[in-house]
This record gives sequence, C-alpha cells and structure tokens, in this order.
Amino acid sequence: MDGLQRGSAAIVGVAESDLGAVATDMSAIDLMAQGIRRALADCGLQLRDVDGLLCATAQSRISGLSLAEYLGISPAFIDSTILGGSSFMFHVAHAQAALQLGLCNVAVIAYGSTQRTIGRRQASVREYNPYETPFRPFLPSTAYALAASRHMHEFGTTREQLAAVAVAAREWALLNPVAWEKKPLTIPEVLSARMISYPFTVRDICLVTDGGGAVIMTTAERARSLKKQPILILGCGQAITHASISSMPDLTVTGALQSGRKAYEMAGLGPGDIDVVELYDAFTINTILFLEDLGFCPKGEGGRFVEGGRIAPKGSLPVNTNGGGLSYCHPGMYGLFLLIEATRQLRGECGERQVADCETAIAHGNGGVLSSQSTVILGTTATV
Amino acid sequence: MNAVVGSLPLNLQADKMLGAAMEPAMDRTKESPLAVYQAHLDKGELAYQWSPQANKAVFYPRVICPFTGSDRLEWRVSAGLGTVYATTVTHPRDGAPYNVALIDCDEGFRLMSRVEDIPPEAVKIGMRVKFRVHRPGGDEPAYPVFVPMDTA
Repeated sequence: MDGLQRGSAAIVGVAESDLGAVATDMSAIDLMAQGIRRALADCGLQLRDVDGLLCATAQSRISGLSLAEYLGISPAFIDSTILGGSSFMFHVAHAQAALQLGLCNVAVIAYGSTQRTIGRRQASVREYNPYETPFRPFLPSTAYALAASRHMHEFGTTREQLAAVAVAAREWALLNPVAWEKKPLTIPEVLSARMISYPFTVRDICLVTDGGGAVIMTTAERARSLKKQPILILGCGQAITHASISSMPDLTVTGALQSGRKAYEMAGLGPGDIDVVELYDAFTINTILFLEDLGFCPKGEGGRFVEGGRIAPKGSLPVNTNGGGLSYCHPGMYGLFLLIEATRQLRGECGERQVADCETAIAHGNGGVLSSQSTVILGTTATV
Repeated sequence: MNAVVGSLPLNLQADKMLGAAMEPAMDRTKESPLAVYQAHLDKGELAYQWSPQANKAVFYPRVICPFTGSDRLEWRVSAGLGTVYATTVTHPRDGAPYNVALIDCDEGFRLMSRVEDIPPEAVKIGMRVKFRVHRPGGDEPAYPVFVPMDTA
C-alpha cells in the first residue's frame, strides 16, 4: 500500500480470549480485555505501554469508547473501523501507518463476541434493505450460496469440491487443541448434512462460537527488544467492491484480486513465495475464491485445486492451519484469528500442526458478503 | 447547509440574516428514490434509474449516480424481461424451501428477486424470466418477482 513501508512495523504479541462457549454474562468487551491481557503477557509489555487502540465488534455501538473506558486508558491513537470480518486486517494497515507516523508507539487490535451465548440475532442485528429483505435471504448464507451457484455454473465446480474444503479444515482442526470441532469429517458427511442454502449444508458454513483476542503491534525497532521474535508486516492491501450481494459486480471474482496484488507489491513477494496461507473461510466457496484471487491457482481452477487433500495437513499447500472458521472457531468477525495463527506459525509455536520452515505467511480477511477484502503478508526477521 | 430546524431549512434562516451574500436555498428532495420506486411498483411497474452521462442503468435507486457522481438521474420503466444470473434454494428451519435469485434485466441492471410458478430447485442460471408485481398485502409493500418467460 502506498505510504506503508515494508517491514516498518511488527506483530509482537498475540492471544485468543476464551473461545467456544464462554462463561454466562461475559461481554464482548470482557473478551477483548482478556485477549489484551494475554497478548501483553505474550510480548512482555504492560497495559500502560499501550497508546494505540483499535477494535471492532458487532456488540458494542461505540466499541472504542467502551474498551478504552474498561481498560482505563486514554489512547493517543484510536480506531474502531468496522467493515465486517476483515476489519482487523484494515486495523493492521492503520496501526502500521500510525506507528510509522509516530501517532502511537504500541498499538493493540482487539475483538470480542459472545454470539453463541446470546444468539446470532442478538449479536448481529440485520438492517432492513428494501431491495433485498422482502426476498428473505438468510444472510449471509444465501448471499454466499448465490456466489457458489455462479462458480459452479461458470467453472463446473462441484459440491464434492466444496466439501473437500470443509474436510481439510477439519483435519487441521483435529491438530489444534483449542478447536471447537473434535471429530473427523468426510465428504459424504458434508453432503448429507442439513441443507441451509443450496449448495451449502451446515458443514459448508462456519461455526457459531464465542471468542475474541488481541494482536499487539509496535515499530520494527522497538520490536527487537521484546520477548519473542517480531513478525514483520511485509505487505498490506485492501479493496471494497460492494455492500449487498445484489451489487457485487461479478460473483466469481472478489476484491481479493486487488487487495492481494497491492499486498504482494508492497511485500515484493508473489504467491509462490508464501509458506503458509490463512484465508477467511466463512463458507467453503470462500477458500476456493481466495485461492484463485490471491494467485495460488488460476481463476476457475479452485475447485479442482482443493481436491485430493492438497490444502489438508499432508497436502502441498498448508491452508487454514488452525482449522479455520469452519472447524476451529467463528465468533462472527473472524479476521483477527487469521493474524494470530499466521504469527504463531511464523514463530514456530504450532505444535502438531506446525508448518516446517515457515518464513512468510498471508492472512486474508473477508467482510460482509464478499464485500471488503484485506490482505496482510507477514514474515519472520529473516525476510527483512 | 441543509440541516433543518422545524420545517424551515437552516440556510433559509441564514439567508434572512445575511441577505444576498448567501447562496440560494438548495433544492430539497420531495420524494425519496425508494418512494418513487415503490409508487411505480404499486402501479405494477418495475422502475429503475438511467444515468445519461454514464449511459448506464442504475439500481437500486439513489440520489446520485455511482458512475459519475451527478444528480442527473432519469426514471425509466423496465420492459420486465431478464435472465437469471445466480440462484439458490434457501431452507428455513420451519416452512418450505424457497428460491432467492439475482436477475439481470435486459436494460442492464441487476436485482435480487425470486422466480415463482416453478419449484425453487428448477430455477436455473441463464433462464429467461419476466417481471410480475407481488402484493403481499397488509402493511407490506409490493415487490418485484419473476416467472419463467414461457409460462408468463
């Protein structure tokens, strides 16, 4: 992205809050604060060091105020940009800009959601859209199903190929001790599960869990003196194409094409240079679309690409190594967890699911109904 | 400039104070884009906007053109013919599955709708369809649905 310098800022601390089904009456802000405490412990910084605060949640109307009050801080830089599940990748770019300009020295990005405990309807109220609501789209599933229908029509993508994405995610999740799903999954099981919006059964669709977390960023210079190896921001790119699915220009091409291009350009890298791939898999079609748009396979080939376990633990391209939104956790706006997992993979902290010789990672966030796309490329100190 | 105090635009009050130095009051929108669209539907018409500068159809209706930024938008009535661009069958927890589709109208705009008169799973991409107004009754406004062209 123009103005951002490759490697000028780093992720130094990451943590999840409690995940899955959290204690009764925990709030979204409680989970943010829990994530922040753990992420600060991860890097050895204190709350008093934090002078940049970035956050998003569907459950607090002015979350920046609520979180700053809760933490008892008055941050010099504050940003509660909310663009759906990709908000946190936008936050990374904004935090990097703020750190470069000296607007703050330590930035925290936080998220929290208790949608499982309080119910989806309570957690994320849908606006009435006079041009869509009368047709009773079950959002977001119906919108993504429309995109899948178009991909199947144009490229011959099959339900079995979509199911292969869910199965790969499950295989990764079985290697992640904190993943929600604990049982193996097969392609026939995905296909025969309860139909939600054709071609998606409930197994093509992300989980509904609680969860939150935090990511701590600082300048590359300050990062060198902290507890763990800094993970550098090599590239950022963003693109917005529409808000509602009826206004998406082409249902088979997402803004990841542009956001990825910008991020690769800033990083001076291409898809062939990326060691681990973390993609926002709210639905099985997402993984296929983003593999194509981020250049891991040609447009239209995503379905065939994911066959035969290629993105599963023993495959040639490690994708969604935490188990993804499909099998690890999905509290509604999942983007932050992609940054957490990419950082841990690059640090070599992932135990059984650790990808060998991991120097570069891509974390791609999606928001709305394929509406907002934001790509972050991360690297170890060996990449700068 | 167009903030309103009571029913009198603020800039009119300012005009009185500053006389000719102020710009004249802005044209106030008398009918919202949605109200015009809905009035057409009530008459059984599917209306859309046309941007003469962009030479393109605009949908959903709005106050400025998303291609040029101009507020010159003309209202037109669609011939009501289109093609299914994308389709799905949504399965509610209770009740029968139903179709949700995106329709590309021949005038060059796309809208969400559904195709009626055939089973929801029989709706296919590329199918030619024709507009029909649906009046749900009660307080619910009329909205556009489509039927296959050969049964219309």
